[in-house]
Amino acid sequence: MSDAGKIIAAAGLEQLVRLLRARGFEVWAAREQAEALSLQPIESAEDLPRGRIEAAEAGKVRLVASGRDAYFDHTLPMQGLKRLVSPPEERLFACGEDLVPHETPPAATPKAVIGARPCDLVALDTLTQVFQDGPQEDRRYRARREALFLVAVNCARPAATCFCSSMDTGPRAEAGYDLALTELYEPEAHGFLVEAGSAAGGELLEALEGEPASAADRQRALAVSEAAAAAMARAMPSDVEGLLKRAYEHPHWEAVAERCLACANCTMVCPTCFCGTVEDRSSLDGATAERWRRWDSCFTLDFSYIHGGAVRKETASRYRQWMTHKLAHWHDQFGRSGCVGCGRCIGWCPVGIDITAEAQALADALPAAKEA
Amino acid sequence: MNDAAAALAEQGGDPGLVPRPFEVVGTRRELDDVVTLELAPLDGQALTFLPGQFTMLYLPGIGEIPISISGDPARPERLVQTIRSVGAVSEACCALQPGARIGVRGPYGRGWPLEAALGRHLIVLAGGLGLAPTRPIVTWALENRSKLAGLHLLYGARTPDAVLYPTQLLGWAGAEAANVMVTVDRHSDQWSGRVGVVSDLVPELPFDPALGTAMVCGPEVMMRFSLQALEGWGMAPAQMYVSMERNMKCGIGWCGHCQLGPHLLCRDGPVLAAPQVSDLIGVWEL
Amino acid sequence: MEIKGLAEVLAAQPLFAGLSTETMSFLESCAKNEVFEAGVFLFKAGGQADRFFLLREGDVALELQIPGRARLTVQSVHPGHVVGASWMLPPYSWRFDARALTAVRATSIDATCLRRKCDDNPALGYEVFKRFLPILADRLQAARVQLVDLYAPPGEIGRAG
Repeated sequence: MSDAGKIIAAAGLEQLVRLLRARGFEVWAAREQAEALSLQPIESAEDLPRGRIEAAEAGKVRLVASGRDAYFDHTLPMQGLKRLVSPPEERLFACGEDLVPHETPPAATPKAVIGARPCDLVALDTLTQVFQDGPQEDRRYRARREALFLVAVNCARPAATCFCSSMDTGPRAEAGYDLALTELYEPEAHGFLVEAGSAAGGELLEALEGEPASAADRQRALAVSEAAAAAMARAMPSDVEGLLKRAYEHPHWEAVAERCLACANCTMVCPTCFCGTVEDRSSLDGATAERWRRWDSCFTLDFSYIHGGAVRKETASRYRQWMTHKLAHWHDQFGRSGCVGCGRCIGWCPVGIDITAEAQALADALPAAKEA
Repeated sequence: MNDAAAALAEQGGDPGLVPRPFEVVGTRRELDDVVTLELAPLDGQALTFLPGQFTMLYLPGIGEIPISISGDPARPERLVQTIRSVGAVSEACCALQPGARIGVRGPYGRGWPLEAALGRHLIVLAGGLGLAPTRPIVTWALENRSKLAGLHLLYGARTPDAVLYPTQLLGWAGAEAANVMVTVDRHSDQWSGRVGVVSDLVPELPFDPALGTAMVCGPEVMMRFSLQALEGWGMAPAQMYVSMERNMKCGIGWCGHCQLGPHLLCRDGPVLAAPQVSDLIGVWEL
Repeated sequence: MEIKGLAEVLAAQPLFAGLSTETMSFLESCAKNEVFEAGVFLFKAGGQADRFFLLREGDVALELQIPGRARLTVQSVHPGHVVGASWMLPPYSWRFDARALTAVRATSIDATCLRRKCDDNPALGYEVFKRFLPILADRLQAARVQLVDLYAPPGEIGRAG
């Protein structure tokens, strides 16, 4: 394992894809689809959205030409890594009237992701904490997580919706990857600094053609991350946790609800939203039933159903549930924020509700916390 | 042990969202819309539980519901669950006959902190069907009566006809071991007992509030008024516990449905100390 | 049952805790012990509210007569509590029936006498009202909670009460 990393040529990406495929991995990356980015399997580095960048703002995400032929000027596909470890739906088991369950083993094809972003790596760790470190371990999740090989890419050009700096989750990956790439796009040379973050990553790095990285190379890579951090326009207000816990019954929730469609888009694109439900599908003759697990959203009315009706009937209370869970109660439940600052919920909201702006609006409306 | 459970055990895993098959070995109609089921595990492994814990009951093709355990914790070989028919699954559960099968997951959640009551007066304050999740406390307390300074059951029901476990209540009331007070919100003929809300019984407790520990279970508003009554009587909130209710769906902290503010109730509750909920109870649509 | 002096009985009432010796001896002069057999009315709705009761032993039902229906108990009252508050406000007539459910021992206070004393001495009147207001507030709260019909089956919520 070469701790210092390697410098590979831009064309070396193709070798990386080939090496991963040779090791049995299905290789996934962000691909352009209908002027947006979607996380999908790729055949070759040619499938990467080279030279493309997101023009993102609240309520809008569109790929445009970045003006140069860098591979990773774009940032995030609409999906996080969530669907690779916790699929949108899966069959758990089937049983007949004898109620002896026949479990469906989890499909855990080895998958490698090229271009996993620092925020998404933190999000994956956040999900792992929910599904593996709780009262019971989700073996399905673990099997899929262990089958993942992650090639991180440190972000060079944040989208306008990004705010990972203020959440301390990027733009440079600190952990959680097998390999990390920093794209060095310079007039005289276009290549990548490749660093290993695991034994498996180290083994692959050995096989990659390139030159050992120098201290100067690593400095150039750090400069890319620093520039990206400096270019970030959005930020989450500080102490948003305390702020939200003082705002349960603030009228601002009603103001958000006037715009919010309760469409659940934000929860579907959020890389940490883990809520799910389980439902039955039975055969026509009723002899056998299948239990299916699928993603759910706190924006649906049924989500909070207890006998007699839903607890959160209004959009205002559902938006409050989502935002306070993400930014405040996650700290109580898991000791960290549930938000990684990826900004997907801002871009993919059909009416452009911006979680950072709503937090700021509450911060402006509420008196500061009293000194203890 | 069934196929799936055996396979899982081999893998060193846990059953997660997969239920164990049980058989209905007894049913009892408690009220017009309430039935108690007695269940035996097909694999013979008793479902040991702590008072206050709940299970997920599953009927194939219909669905799954959370139900608190109301049996005797010292006799776990029979799983006893009292169910009110309010939806598709509970209605089907209430219609089950002996010999029928039902899937069970659990037990889940944190139960009542019985050790907190040792050497003290244990007050069980229950309303409506809230007697079902608190009955195991009373059973435990009667079996461990010498470790308590006193046992007081304060129970409120909607009408005399809606009093749950009436025979058992009479038995407990007749015993020296427990002080049982029952009240109904609405009077009807043939009822010579108390009429009024259950929280009004609190000031009549015959001991110093500092010596008591209270365990409260019932509709959320009833618990709110009961906590206020206990505090007004002079009890410290740290000595009061409640069993909270939200949409328990997975029971193991994976699905997010049962959140009540900072608490994942299936994991952190359902039983919580009053100070843990005092800022949350009564918040609009939380 | 041990026979206690009126002064001792009154002094043991939380309702009168902290009142001056002078006031206590005045109350004693307006008080008397009463006994009711089970089934007997302490008072009937519409009657003159000329006293109130400190319940010492036994249970009392506050009832409403509804033509065509059995007597309806709206609340039961138990030892240590007060029966009767209509004496405080004009027209000083009982709003409910109070019936002994069991043998009852109670101390009654002559309200006419107390009202006059309160009128003459507003400071005392304020003290007495401060002590009765929580009783009224508790009963109002209890009535509201009963009205909410907390234990109604979910299907009936919104239809009942």
